[in-house]
Formats: sequence, structure tokens, C-alpha cells
Amino acid sequence: MKFSNVMATGGEWLRGEGPHHQVVVSSRVRLARNLRTRPFPGWARKAERTQILEQIKPRVEELPEMQESFSELLQDLSALEKQVLVERHLISREHAAKSVGSAVVMNRRQTLSIMVNEEDHLRMQSMRSGLQLKSAFKLVDKIDSTLEAKLDFAYDAKLGYLTACPTNVGTGMRASAMLHLPGLVLSEMINQVIQAVNKIGLAVRGLYGEGTEAMGNLFQISNQTTLGEKEDEIIARLTKVIETIIEKEHDARQVLIQKKSNTLWDQIGRAYGVLTFAHAMTSKEALNLLSIIKLGVDLGAFPEDRRLPIDELFIDTQPAHLQKSSQQKLNAEERDELRAQIIRDRLRVFPRPDISKVARESGNGATSEPPNNE
Amino acid sequence: MLCDVCKCNDATVFLTQIVEGKMQKVNLCDSCSKEKGVQDPTGFALADLLLGIGAAEEIEKGAPTEKCVVCGFTQADFKKTGRLGCSACYVTFSEGLGSLLKAMHKGTEHVGKLPQRAHREMELSDRMRSLSENLRKAVAEENYESAASLRDQIRQLEGELSS
Repeated sequence: MKFSNVMATGGEWLRGEGPHHQVVVSSRVRLARNLRTRPFPGWARKAERTQILEQIKPRVEELPEMQESFSELLQDLSALEKQVLVERHLISREHAAKSVGSAVVMNRRQTLSIMVNEEDHLRMQSMRSGLQLKSAFKLVDKIDSTLEAKLDFAYDAKLGYLTACPTNVGTGMRASAMLHLPGLVLSEMINQVIQAVNKIGLAVRGLYGEGTEAMGNLFQISNQTTLGEKEDEIIARLTKVIETIIEKEHDARQVLIQKKSNTLWDQIGRAYGVLTFAHAMTSKEALNLLSIIKLGVDLGAFPEDRRLPIDELFIDTQPAHLQKSSQQKLNAEERDELRAQIIRDRLRVFPRPDISKVARESGNGATSEPPNNE
Repeated sequence: MLCDVCKCNDATVFLTQIVEGKMQKVNLCDSCSKEKGVQDPTGFALADLLLGIGAAEEIEKGAPTEKCVVCGFTQADFKKTGRLGCSACYVTFSEGLGSLLKAMHKGTEHVGKLPQRAHREMELSDRMRSLSENLRKAVAEENYESAASLRDQIRQLEGELSS
């Protein structure tokens, strides 16, 4: 499969159709594995890294799940192509910085992506739309079981799977979900939620993982610990916490509708106005405003069939996607102009926000979520 | 009070985080706090920050010249990167790593998935234990016929284990 196909076929998980898709954008589970007798990628010399790659890559490509896969050496990808993969969460930012001795293999549906020689020899991740951590784990677990028959993974009876960083030792598993929480942000309850989540040993991060800023009201929540707990226990615990956050988010939205409706409609109206008429827009501003429009779709202010075009804009307006689709390298100013243009074009067919519809729906309890009885 | 990271400037940022009932404290100077991205308390986890600092301290408890015989990785490398060199480093630096892992994780022993290979090894060593126990009993009871058969089984199993 060529890179152009990757661009053309937006990943399956990007289509918001999974369970709880109004709040949970996507679920991901990744496993870290290493070969027993080889130094970890960060410590291996270039020649050795290449040998490791040659040992692992064919085993990954021959997986039944990797038929018609996209498989590329990192040195053969342009900086822009790597960035596109980062924006789709198919590779990490760390992996994008790699060159000779590293590779990425992913399936056609872009639900499975395997990084060779990232921080560990193997980083296998599976993505699903909505809240589907269990099924994401099932897939990546199956891949791991197939590969371990052919590759001798570093494993210790006491410490479990051995990883380059001690924070991943044990299960080598990081399960995470991307949550869209505009209700909690607008009602200024988000910090409370983040603190509570941190207290129970889970991590909350921004859009692109460790050390990144939260934009577009998107937050990643994941397990922090990997040793001393079974995989399914970690996933069950994380799922339970996420379900609670979903509930809190819906509660916050109901409170906004009932008590701060003018602020809410003002936000939606302004987002609509700016997105429809602006001629220059940074990706941060775009994400933040698109988030409010997405909230508007959730609340019924825009028709349900407008959900997909908005979800697509979240990805299509990212810097590398913009440049890749326009097939030229653009400076920041040009990008902001093109971004505003694409958004204007797509929003031209968008109806104005219909507030009366929301008010009516929430008034007779006909929204998709149960009314708040507190 | 000096900064925990650079250990030369006065600490001006004092962080406390409670993770699962355990209190963790870090003191940082202005420039280190900026470097570690501490200004935005929502966007970072203290454990990540602690890793670098705690890791270096814990490892120093071991012999200062410790070096992994398999890959040549030293504790100074660990201090610098926060990553290990190879899977054997977990044995080389086990002393320092033990308390680090304890502070970092929910438990100190893996309870999750076993690779099939490890699973088989565990079954074999369980069988070995019970055969040895039976052999001891047989010898004690002077049942030499059964002892001889048990000894043969043990030898065969040893062959399988070392293969």
C-alpha cells in the first residue's frame, strides 16, 4: 500500500461510530516488547538496530492481520509524511524523529500499527473508535501471541515483559482513550476531574501524548502503572473511570443548558460565525472552535449528519494534513489562510445553529442522555 | 533548599502530588521547572518528573562503577536517559531498580500475561519440583525401583528444560 492510499482512506477509528462516541473519540491499547538478547533501540548501534529491524519486520509483515499493509522504513518517509502519521496517532512523535533502523507497519484499515525500534524493539498498538478498550486489547494481544512464537521476547518471571523504560515493565501495556470534554471545560470543572483521575494512578495528557497541551477540549487518559496488575484489570479500572467521566460530562452539559444557556449559545454562535467567515486561522484556534461545533452537534443545534464533516475537519486542518493535501510546503501564514479556506468551504453547506431545537429537546427530556435527576 | 534536578540553584517551585495515598514531593528552581514543563499543572504528571530524579538517586545506592556485562550500559547512562540498555540491565541494576519500581508501580511482581514459552517453563519446573519430592520420599522409604524410574524422569525433564 502506498502513502497516497493512507491519506485517501481515513482511518476507521477516525469515524466516530463507536460506543459513547459523543464523548470518547477513540480507544487505543499498545504493548511494548523487546528481543531477549539484543540491546534496546536507544542503546543499540546503528548496524545492530538494522539487524534487529531485519529480524522483526518480516515477522510483522507476514501476520494475517497485515495483508495489504503499509510498511515503510522511517528513512524512506518524508518529514511531512511522518507528521501526517503523527497527526493520525499511527506513530508517536518520538518515532517520527527516527530514521535508519526503524520502521512502521500498519494495516489497511489503520486500526493496527506496529512501530519497530521506537523506544522498544516493538510497539504494537490497536485503535478503535469510541470506548472499546477491551476489543482494542483483544486484537493487540492476539498479535503479540502470534509474534511471540517466532520472536524470543525478553521476559522475567518476576518483572514480566522487560522494557527500555522501567515505567513500562510488567505488562508493557498502555491503554488510553481520547475524550472530548467541552462541557467540563466550559463549566470549569475539568481541573477537578484531572486531579481526581491523577490521584487514582491514571494519567491525563493533551492531544499528542506526553508533555503536550490540551487543545480542542481533547484529553487523553491512560494507565500510569504497568507492574502488579493484570491487563484486563487495568482495562476494567480505566473503563470504569472513563464511564464516570462520561457521566460527569453529560451532567455538566445538562447544567449548562439549564443554567448557563446564554453562555452556551453564545459560544456555539461565535464558533460558527468565526469558522464561517475567518480568513486566517491557527490549528489551535481551529481545534478549539471545531470542538464547540462538535458540542453543538451533540446537543442537537446542528443536524446529526453534520457530525462526520466536523470530525474530518479535526484531522484535515492539522498542519501536515493541510500541506500534504495541497501538495506543497507552506509557511505558517499560508497554512492559516488555507485552513480558514477549507473550513469556510465545508461550512458553507452548514445550517445556522438551531437553538430552539436544543431547548425543546432538553425540555422534554428527549436528548440522547438520561436527564439529570439531582 | 536546592533544586532536586540541577542541585545548584535555590528551589522556588515546590510540588506535592498524592498518588494512591503516597505523597511525592519535588523542589525545583525556576529554570528547571520551566524545562520540565511544570507551569501547567494539568498537563504533566509528577511521576514522570520523579522518574528522572528518583531513578538517579536509587541507582546510586548500588556500586558506583556498576556496568552491565552484557551491553556495557552504566548507571551514569541511566541517570542521563532514564532508559536501560538491554534486558540484562534489569539484573545488573536490580538493587537500585527494586525500590524505584516499587515507588513507580502498583506492585513489585508481574501478574499479567505470560508468554507461552515462559508458561511451558513454569509447568516443567513445577513438575520437576514434584518429581524431586517423590524421589526424596522413595529414597527415604528405600523404594529403589521407583526411585530409579523417578531419577530417569528427572533427567529427561532436565534435558527438556535446558533445550
